[in-house]
Amino acid sequence: MSALAAPPAGATAPKPSPSRRRPGSGIRRGEGAAGWLFTLPVILILAVFLLVPVLMALWVSFSDWNGRGSPLSSGVHFVGLQNYAATTTGGGLAERNFGLALRNNAWYVVFVVPLQTALSLFLAVLVSRQVLRGRGFFRTAYYFPSVTSSVAITVLWLFLFSASGVVNAIIAWFGGNGPNWFSDPRGLWAVVAGWFGMTTPPAWLTQGDFLGVSPWEWIQGPSIAMSAFILMAVFTTSGTFMLVFMAAIQNIDPALAEAGMIDGANGWQRFWRITLPQLRPALFTVLTLGLIGCWQVFDAIYTGTQGDPGKTTLTPAYLSYQASFNDNQWGIGAAIAFILFVIIIVFTLFQRWVLRDRPVSQRRIRAYQPKAARQNGATR
Amino acid sequence: MTDQLSSGAGDDVRELALAAMSKTPPAPPQLLHTPVRRRSPWRAITGRTLLYVLLIALAAVYIYPFLIQISTSFKTEPEAALNPLSLIPQTWSVAAYEKLFQRSDFPLWFANSTFVTLCVTVGRVFFVSLAGYALARLHFRGRAFVFALIVAVMAVPTVVLLIPKFLVINQLGMYNSYTGMILPLLADAGSVFIMKNFFESVPVSVEEQARVDGAGSFRIFWSVVLPMARPALITIIILSFQGSWNELAHFIISASDPALTTLTKGVASLARGAGLGSGTQYPLKLAAAIIMTIPVAIVFFVFQRRIMNSSAGAVKE
Repeated sequence: MSALAAPPAGATAPKPSPSRRRPGSGIRRGEGAAGWLFTLPVILILAVFLLVPVLMALWVSFSDWNGRGSPLSSGVHFVGLQNYAATTTGGGLAERNFGLALRNNAWYVVFVVPLQTALSLFLAVLVSRQVLRGRGFFRTAYYFPSVTSSVAITVLWLFLFSASGVVNAIIAWFGGNGPNWFSDPRGLWAVVAGWFGMTTPPAWLTQGDFLGVSPWEWIQGPSIAMSAFILMAVFTTSGTFMLVFMAAIQNIDPALAEAGMIDGANGWQRFWRITLPQLRPALFTVLTLGLIGCWQVFDAIYTGTQGDPGKTTLTPAYLSYQASFNDNQWGIGAAIAFILFVIIIVFTLFQRWVLRDRPVSQRRIRAYQPKAARQNGATR
Repeated sequence: MTDQLSSGAGDDVRELALAAMSKTPPAPPQLLHTPVRRRSPWRAITGRTLLYVLLIALAAVYIYPFLIQISTSFKTEPEAALNPLSLIPQTWSVAAYEKLFQRSDFPLWFANSTFVTLCVTVGRVFFVSLAGYALARLHFRGRAFVFALIVAVMAVPTVVLLIPKFLVINQLGMYNSYTGMILPLLADAGSVFIMKNFFESVPVSVEEQARVDGAGSFRIFWSVVLPMARPALITIIILSFQGSWNELAHFIISASDPALTTLTKGVASLARGAGLGSGTQYPLKLAAAIIMTIPVAIVFFVFQRRIMNSSAGAVKE
């Protein structure tokens, strides 16, 4: 084995390869070198543009680098947790911006994830019907928005939802008066409250704050502008996730549904009790990917609103970019990126935990047992 | 009981990659045996009609925006604002396209996007299949470690890496160069994963014959295995073409030179208000968005079958 076979720095005692024969002997001679040579380009690129950057950004998030020169030069100082502190406490603008970004994105997640999952599942079930003419056409129609670039879709959305745009023209048919979507900072729930005559928030909701954002601002929901982005995300992602569900539906044994039919279950019951439980892995995939994707909104905000109106479309990803590239607060930008990273990991783990395999509860089992058996169980 | 109700929840990303590898076309729709309870024919017919009405209404919601986009790009600006819903312009106008091609940097953006996308796709297909093959077939010390590294990398969200990547590109002196725009996109952990899975499904016997005949590892890879990998290669080409053509964030942080602007960045700048002249200019912006959609739309319609049958080919962030 040549020098190429040496493991990269950080690798301690590589596990023996699972080959039956020892490498370097007989016909497999030279495979070790070839193996490293073949994987080297990918390893180098991933290391230089993923691993090193993360370490460097970690340093920047603990430093006072202002974007001039190299962050590794001697003029840059270690400032400890100062950047993280400025982002999460301290009452400054950085804290409030971060709080707003977090609020906006949290509402975005709350709306987009359930909507896109439900819609894509619904589309998949419709398109997977056993007898269906034009299946290919419908599949293509629902999937097409997913292949276009987020920039192109955002441009289209800006037009559709403009003050004199398509959506408002349709609302006008029904006699309504559409809002000026992308310039409307009012929260969705605040608008709904307004319909019921509540125009000013009760005093107890405006006192105190979390991350520089008052309780009233936290609960008033996504702004009208953000709602347009929410609809856009559902529009563009439902096709992708529909394919995931369709693949899963194809793998379901139709005999089970037939058995349910013979037992007298109607279509609704068959879906909830037979089809859906078997789609759990697909559901898990869609929820995980949806959740991860939703915390990374950047392209649409960069192209469309840059956080306006009234900072109601600011997201942590865009704020991190803005703080660094526009305001030269690189330490804060990097700190936000790492906090975002932690948020994504925590959410993924939490969701893994919620959707974990667990023993079926007694109550659940009883629901599936015939009545006679249930009564027996009750007397026992 | 327990077993029936709880099916195993697999690994998210792995699942998708595996799904991508299922080369088998979808099973033909199976007809159920005669239903036990016959519904009255009238109810069945109403049910079917409702289903088709629903499907068509949904399809209209998904397609109509694109049709409006096309027609608006041929409208004059006052008409676009006055009559946004109509599909046929009252007065046809190609002013938007003329302006785009003759009085803006649009052709340059298009050329940049084409160049970068081609480089990334060719390079990525080569490097990724090389690594995938090594991880699937070659026995070498540290293979498990390399594989673990690649899986770990797949878990890092891309948006989090924006600033970090800029720092390194800047440090290496690659800022404002094609190198900085292309090189970081050449390796993609997810694609390595897909290729590895594919090569593992290829029978070993073919390679062993070549090995007995004295061919080296690269020779075997290049002339024996790679030609067999066409389905997987097409998947990677689609993923990489779509990914790099639609990429925005990486180009924002790797270059600021107007001469290096790609379509995504250029069209985003139009949308951000740095348009050509005054007014809303919706016809112009929509025309730009249409032209940038055409190449991915072509790839989509050409490879539609393959994209539809492999769910992973569809995943976009």
